[in-house]
Amino acid sequence: MIVKRIRPVVIKEFRQIRRDPRSLIVLLVFPGLLVLFIGYALNFDVKHISFAAFDQDKTSTSREFIRSFSNTEYFDFNYSVESYREVDALLDEGKALIAIVIPTNFSKNLLGGRDAAIQLLVDGANSNTATTAISYASAIIQTYSTKLASKVLARSGREVYLPIDFRPKIWYNPELLTAKFLVPGLIGFLLMLSAVISTSLSVVKEKERGTMEQIMVSPLHTIEVTLGKTLSYLILALLASALVLVVGFLFFDISIRGSLFWLYTGILIFLLGALGQGLLISTIAQTQQVAFMISVFSSLLPALLLSGFVFPIRSMPIVLQVISNLMPAKFFLVVLRSVILKGAGLSAFWDQLVFMAVFAAGMITISSMRLLRKAE
Amino acid sequence: MKTIYYIIVKEFLQLRRDRRMFGLSFMAPVIQLMLLGYAATTDIKDIPVLVYDQDRTSRSREFINQFVNSGYFVVEEEAHSLNEIDRSIEDGHVWMALVIPTDFSNDLLALRQTKVQLLADGSDANSANISIGYALQIINTYSRSIVAEILKRSPQLQQPARVTPEIRVWYNPELKSRNFMVPGVLAMVLMIITTTLTSLAIVKEKEIGTLEQLMVTPIKPYQLIVGKLLPFVIIGGLDVVLVILVARFWFDVPLRGSVTLLLALSGLFVLTTLGLGLFVSTISKTQQQAMMTAQFFFFMPFLYLSGFAFPIENMPRVIQYLTYLIPLRYFIVIIRGVFLKGVGIAELWPQAIPLWIFGLAILTLSVLRFRKRLG
Repeated sequence: MIVKRIRPVVIKEFRQIRRDPRSLIVLLVFPGLLVLFIGYALNFDVKHISFAAFDQDKTSTSREFIRSFSNTEYFDFNYSVESYREVDALLDEGKALIAIVIPTNFSKNLLGGRDAAIQLLVDGANSNTATTAISYASAIIQTYSTKLASKVLARSGREVYLPIDFRPKIWYNPELLTAKFLVPGLIGFLLMLSAVISTSLSVVKEKERGTMEQIMVSPLHTIEVTLGKTLSYLILALLASALVLVVGFLFFDISIRGSLFWLYTGILIFLLGALGQGLLISTIAQTQQVAFMISVFSSLLPALLLSGFVFPIRSMPIVLQVISNLMPAKFFLVVLRSVILKGAGLSAFWDQLVFMAVFAAGMITISSMRLLRKAE
Repeated sequence: MKTIYYIIVKEFLQLRRDRRMFGLSFMAPVIQLMLLGYAATTDIKDIPVLVYDQDRTSRSREFINQFVNSGYFVVEEEAHSLNEIDRSIEDGHVWMALVIPTDFSNDLLALRQTKVQLLADGSDANSANISIGYALQIINTYSRSIVAEILKRSPQLQQPARVTPEIRVWYNPELKSRNFMVPGVLAMVLMIITTTLTSLAIVKEKEIGTLEQLMVTPIKPYQLIVGKLLPFVIIGGLDVVLVILVARFWFDVPLRGSVTLLLALSGLFVLTTLGLGLFVSTISKTQQQAMMTAQFFFFMPFLYLSGFAFPIENMPRVIQYLTYLIPLRYFIVIIRGVFLKGVGIAELWPQAIPLWIFGLAILTLSVLRFRKRLG
């Protein structure tokens, strides 16, 4: 009965979307492109760090030491300089990220069995890159020192002794690819986009143009109209998320390790909440501008920033950590990563699903109450 | 002049009448800055680890304490079997597990090498990478202290020399990601506010049909354009000042360079953003279209390709060349240079010139397009 009444609304909505090819591109093609783009272009991996060397020693030892940096894929030896002023300039202009300063007595000290101090000057502006670069440099220097020690020990007829052998074993994403980390999160982000923003805008648009009143005098109930609209965007959002999964699989080898059933259960619950939120916004906003702004601030930004999509929640101030617990995107992301990357079962994320369901129920109840009151 | 003045007054009246929009154009930048300033952090601390200590000796506890005392790791749980490790990593309770073998202390006493295992959850690649780096440093330092102990006991051996790095971090000595992100947010906020408001203000008149009314009045096209754009220059300028104040005094981001230079170069950047706003308005019929176009065809690529969060050096070659077409890229370098490095125009002109050229080109093209539509 209700299906029959809603169908024309859905058809009308799809016609309107089709007539505006740009929004269709945004809703369907854009997600796939974004995955490709994020997968290939966005990378926190730090490689080929440009470094400058100020070698005051100029001996074969000091050159060998510099080579221990340039021989790795992490550092590129781009500038050889003769003064601190040049070092300053290179760092200021951002041409080099690290400068190694080797003092005059470097080789003399080492050959004499004394510790040799060097200086590492690091451009810390990008703290993430700098942290990684420092840890690579430290590791290279430690390896160099170990080599020196082994030479000394070998001369006295002993073997090198490294007391603790350390083997990191990385699960789920052994090559530590940024793409594998970002793509599952992207689904959450894109669903927010198509669900909350499109729903709220499409309802407010009718309000703004006055066509809402025309619909209201028709035999259709407001709830039916909104339901029809919501359903259209639900379908589009589901298509978009499937597209993201396909692109992730084809191009980045991200296969779904867990159960597809639970994945789509999670997606559906999350979408219901997002659509409810979109409807709620449409009952508050009078103009599309306002609807868009509220959507961005209540859904898109939190989904980007407070969900753990890019930035780890654990590192945030406590207040934000608490606030992040109100964001369904955070819980959805745990489900996505658990199912897609870890192949975990329901026991790992049932609590997340429950929260999302509570959020969805709350949003839908509040927004339909507001809608009904307006319709009276 | 007078005509332009009246258009500006009209524009502000319209803005004020839409209270929510007016509030948003000042609240939005501050909220964005607060959110990004606090949330956009790649600093890694308190990494939750699970320890499976099969040795249970004072030596193994000493080893674990190295992790705890470093300040980077928090021992969340103690495991009693390998199964527990699997479960804890799968549930996401811990990011890392440290497995110490039963003969850890015996091996060390007998000068045999002992094998410690570290299991890491790689699903957050960046955090995992940094955490492993920290662990590596801690273990190496501990290893070295053990070797030093042994050597002390046998004084006939020559102490091997070491290279000791003295690491000095410039511009951001505490390596706070906030200092890196907040200046970038300023650029982003400026772009979003000026571009969106400009395009929306024009498209709104189109949508309502008042643009045609304006066209039949004796107002000349250039007066209309200037009158339409200036209010947003003013709002953008106020936003910049607001955001600089918040960045400097709330977030304590060092502002080492000249504020005048910063404002002047922000002016250059605004040429681009206004031009883009105008351009979007010429290709959009409805406000929804304008917002979507601005958001997805300009803001998103700008954000990702400008080096705002993701370093350009890490991108594939082809995409690196593409980034030269993104005006925001130059402005981000400028703004970080002025804030963190305190550099002046001598270092920044290679950024300022392309920014200026882009700004002029985009603005001119859009104005021409807009005038043709008016005519």
